[in-house]
Amino acid sequence: MKFTLGWLKEHLATDADLMAIVETLTQIGLEVEGVEDPAAKLDAFRIARVLTAAPHPQADKLQVLTVDAGEGAIQVVCGAPNARAGLVGVFGAAGAVVPANGMVLKVASIRGVESNGMMCSSRELELGDDHDGIIELPADAPVGSRYADWAGLNDPVIDVAVLPNRQDCMGVRGIARDLAAAGLGTLRPLGDVYRMASLQPVNGTGPAPDVATLDPEGCPAFYAQGVAGVINGASPNWMADRLKAIGQKPISTLVDITNFVSIDLGRPLHVYDRAKLSGPLVARRARDGEQVEVLNGKTYTLDETMTVIADDVAVHDIGGIMGGVHSGVSETTTDVLIECAYFTPERIARTGQALALTSDARQRFERGVDPAFLDTGLAIATRLVTEHCGGTPSAVTRAGSPPVAAKQVAYDPALAAGLGGVDVSESEQRAILERLDFAVGEDWTVTAPSWRRDVDGAPDLVEEIVRMVGLEAVVATPLPRADGVARPTATAAQKQERIVRRTAAARGLHEAVTWSFLPEAQAAALGGGAWTLANPISEDLKVMRPSLLPGLLAAARRNLDRGATSVRLFEIGRRYLADAERATVGIVLAGERQMRGWASGKANAFDVFDAKAEALALLAAAGAPVENLQVFGEAGDHFHPGQSGTLRLGPKTILASFGVLHPRTAAAFDLDGVIVACELYLDAISAKRGSGFMRPAFAPAPLQAVRRDFAFLVPVEVASDALVRAVRAADKTAITDARLFDVFAGTGVPEGHKSLAIEATLQPIAKSFTEEELAAIAAKIVAAAAKLGASLRG
Amino acid sequence: MTKADIQSEIAVAPDLAALEAVRIALLGKQGSISALLKTLGGMTPEQRQAEGPRINGLREAATAGIAIRKAELETAALDARLASERLDMTLPAPDAPRGSVHPVSQVMDELAEIFADMGFAVAEGPEIEDDWHNFTALNIPEAHPSRAMHDTFYFPGGKLLRTHTSPVQIRTMTSAPPPLRIIAPGRVYRSDSDATHTPMFHQIEGLVIDKGIHLGHLKWTLETFLKAFFERDDVVLRLRPSYFPFTEPSVEVDVGYTLVNGKRVIGGSEGWMEVLGSGMVHRRVIANCGLDPDIWQGFAFGTGVDRLAMLKYGMDDLRAFFDGDVRWLGHYGFSALAVPTLSGGVGSAA
Repeated sequence: MKFTLGWLKEHLATDADLMAIVETLTQIGLEVEGVEDPAAKLDAFRIARVLTAAPHPQADKLQVLTVDAGEGAIQVVCGAPNARAGLVGVFGAAGAVVPANGMVLKVASIRGVESNGMMCSSRELELGDDHDGIIELPADAPVGSRYADWAGLNDPVIDVAVLPNRQDCMGVRGIARDLAAAGLGTLRPLGDVYRMASLQPVNGTGPAPDVATLDPEGCPAFYAQGVAGVINGASPNWMADRLKAIGQKPISTLVDITNFVSIDLGRPLHVYDRAKLSGPLVARRARDGEQVEVLNGKTYTLDETMTVIADDVAVHDIGGIMGGVHSGVSETTTDVLIECAYFTPERIARTGQALALTSDARQRFERGVDPAFLDTGLAIATRLVTEHCGGTPSAVTRAGSPPVAAKQVAYDPALAAGLGGVDVSESEQRAILERLDFAVGEDWTVTAPSWRRDVDGAPDLVEEIVRMVGLEAVVATPLPRADGVARPTATAAQKQERIVRRTAAARGLHEAVTWSFLPEAQAAALGGGAWTLANPISEDLKVMRPSLLPGLLAAARRNLDRGATSVRLFEIGRRYLADAERATVGIVLAGERQMRGWASGKANAFDVFDAKAEALALLAAAGAPVENLQVFGEAGDHFHPGQSGTLRLGPKTILASFGVLHPRTAAAFDLDGVIVACELYLDAISAKRGSGFMRPAFAPAPLQAVRRDFAFLVPVEVASDALVRAVRAADKTAITDARLFDVFAGTGVPEGHKSLAIEATLQPIAKSFTEEELAAIAAKIVAAAAKLGASLRG
Repeated sequence: MTKADIQSEIAVAPDLAALEAVRIALLGKQGSISALLKTLGGMTPEQRQAEGPRINGLREAATAGIAIRKAELETAALDARLASERLDMTLPAPDAPRGSVHPVSQVMDELAEIFADMGFAVAEGPEIEDDWHNFTALNIPEAHPSRAMHDTFYFPGGKLLRTHTSPVQIRTMTSAPPPLRIIAPGRVYRSDSDATHTPMFHQIEGLVIDKGIHLGHLKWTLETFLKAFFERDDVVLRLRPSYFPFTEPSVEVDVGYTLVNGKRVIGGSEGWMEVLGSGMVHRRVIANCGLDPDIWQGFAFGTGVDRLAMLKYGMDDLRAFFDGDVRWLGHYGFSALAVPTLSGGVGSAA
């Protein structure tokens, strides 16, 4: 909310300077967002009189002037048609900066004649649109003075962010009241400010307006007064200047009065042209589908949850939000009806949200205006109308009654310390509350003033005390330390996530953070999302990701577009399923695994085993029993059907999927070439159960292990893993490991077969193996392999 | 045959094979010195006394000379082999890819560390929330104007994306008995997108519920946290009264900064910037969670994790956080081993 220092001082008698006012405002919770001094840019411009004016010897349209800006005659070349001897205007000397265009004025020769500055037009000083000639001031304007001072433009504009709970500060007077309570001056009586002996509405002549409220829930009170015989011209300068200073455009006296009162007192009003009304004016619920064109030029379709002001024929006001065009006042208006009503905040908020319509009135009503201020508001409005537009007021109608019941709070002064952390004596607390116009009873029953609709409990009063004594009075107090030794504060799942993250980073992957929401097509490429936003910010951010891969694939695409040759990305986050959000790791590897090198030769691309390696390494880091995992298929349609798999613990629990991306999926992300990816489902990995810190004793085998190699011919469809497992299982005591070290097909291997070479590790326990024992183990291995159709290669 | 003859014969042997030939010629079974040694047996004692030392001397000279020459030749051979194996040591060594931890994760780890020292556990909650946890329980009724402060993403059927981490307060208070001290970092969403806002960002929430907790504890906690986070003793806080529906009194916290080469650096008080919203948990919120507000009270605070990262490490574009640009991640990301610890300092120097 904007106002000027001068405006504030209409309500606040104070010696405090701008600095002190700004600091206090922020300290008491009225944060100053900016202070603008309109005089600053006009600082160099002075009032000057044209002494002589003669034609320019070289140019028909120019004149050579001598001007006096308080320091003797200065020669200026001027092109304005109205420049003449005796004119008093505004002069900028060399060095001044022209506000409109930022030009620095210089001593210059214009067509051979020296010019030492400029006589300015309104537009050049950003004072108006006029550029037909230079500014003409009254002849008695003080030559040599700063123009801004003389013109009263030196009034700083203060912009305050009013918090949603402080409707009472949505008017200049409310801000002045808070400053006065903070000790920064005295609040001037409202009657003095408006030069009114009584703040009660005058009971004028003629019948009271025929208004009523048929919707006491939405509009509990509708006060109105007519004024007949008004002339709606331009508003008085002081009012127009105030509005202009805060960036509002003056429109006409009647409109400006409603705007002024709204800003000055936080009291929205509406003025109707009675000539445009038919029959009584009532507050009622809108009918479904009813329409009204309002003052922003738009037509709104209403429904029966909304409160409107209507006559026999049409809706004339979306109650408390915006008036209708039809009955708005114009320069031909002569008879008016002034509305001063109370609208229920929740109703205003709902209507405003439903119509997506904001206005100064809505802002105030939805936060809750002072329900005890209707009479005064109407009295002031009528007074301003009759003073500036003439006319005769009618009698007053008071339809309904505003909810004026005072809010009472049972307060305990011990709360200032107990909740607020400030040490303030009881008497000082009482004084602070009374300065804020709270009535404090002997038993600390505290009654809030009518304008403080925000107060509904003792903590609100603590807040009042704290903001008035200042938050610097709060003494920083250490939290008590829990007894004993600190325990870990992270859960097992959080620790698992951390170790997976740092393992991935240590393995050369960059951690990305990508959007939780995806374009519909990208979600669909990964099987579709369960959650689609009803109001996405864009089509690209619409469906909650069912997988972490789309975000990473899109990021890979962007990186490749930027010329990256190798992209290794991972992300740890949630995937959003219909029933839950699940902790997930995604990895995408794109481009070159290894750049071409002097030793390594040509660049090589990632392959599916890179994805498998990452999956296994991170599963191990996450605490999954990787030795027991089995590789299955069914990694999903987004993977290459022959180069992908799942890692499972038992047939059902899928811990990870990995593979080469299906070319169709890659194409959906504008990617080509081999892209490999994997996804780990952290939620499926049960965190290691703590069994203390003690490790089992270290017991290396006393005898050296023996290694034996076996080359088998097996049908191509036999999985190597099956053969390795069969070998390992051939003698569970003697064989401690079996490892595949070669795969071969081609010359010497029969069609439809492949050669798999396996190294078995045999561990003797009590004594070394004899040749017979070794032969027996080898025979078991060969027999086990034979069950899979494998035969020893001769 | 003299010692000198023998020595020169050994010295001119050009390689190990030639030296071996010399050795055989001198000391082999048919060798000349061996032949001389055999003559000793047929000599008289007098002759032997005279010839013995001379012949033995020749043998010793030959043996020693050959050993020395052999060593020389072996050294030369090794040197020659090594010389032939010389490589260009400026050739590039194989490069392992370098990965990184995202600044948001790193800063969350830093915060967890700092708050662990004050006894705060890390809590979590769903991002797809219901209206009650995100708004109603937090004392934000449906028509409340402060709902307009949140530009909320909704799903058909009424669920929404949490607009703040505050619903975790509710989930914590309704699931565990007080006293409580938690932080809750995580993703939050608002329908807002411009140079400084993204529709998804990260917040961290703090909550303390206990007996006798007041604004002074909040002030100490925030001061301690921010000093530890920026690792500066000159971090100055300015508290301002504010308004949040779920706290009363509510306090906005500004942190002082100093301009260094045109960049805002936390510390000092040349200027102020808003970093935190906080306050004493509203009685109604405590009651909504089934606790007695006459017994339990406490404070809550919330701040932006991305923003804290930007203030500490100097990134200036929030949108780059979510782009996955490997150049940016390499530049602003953190080493896997830069685990924040209290003993080593939670921050990671550039």
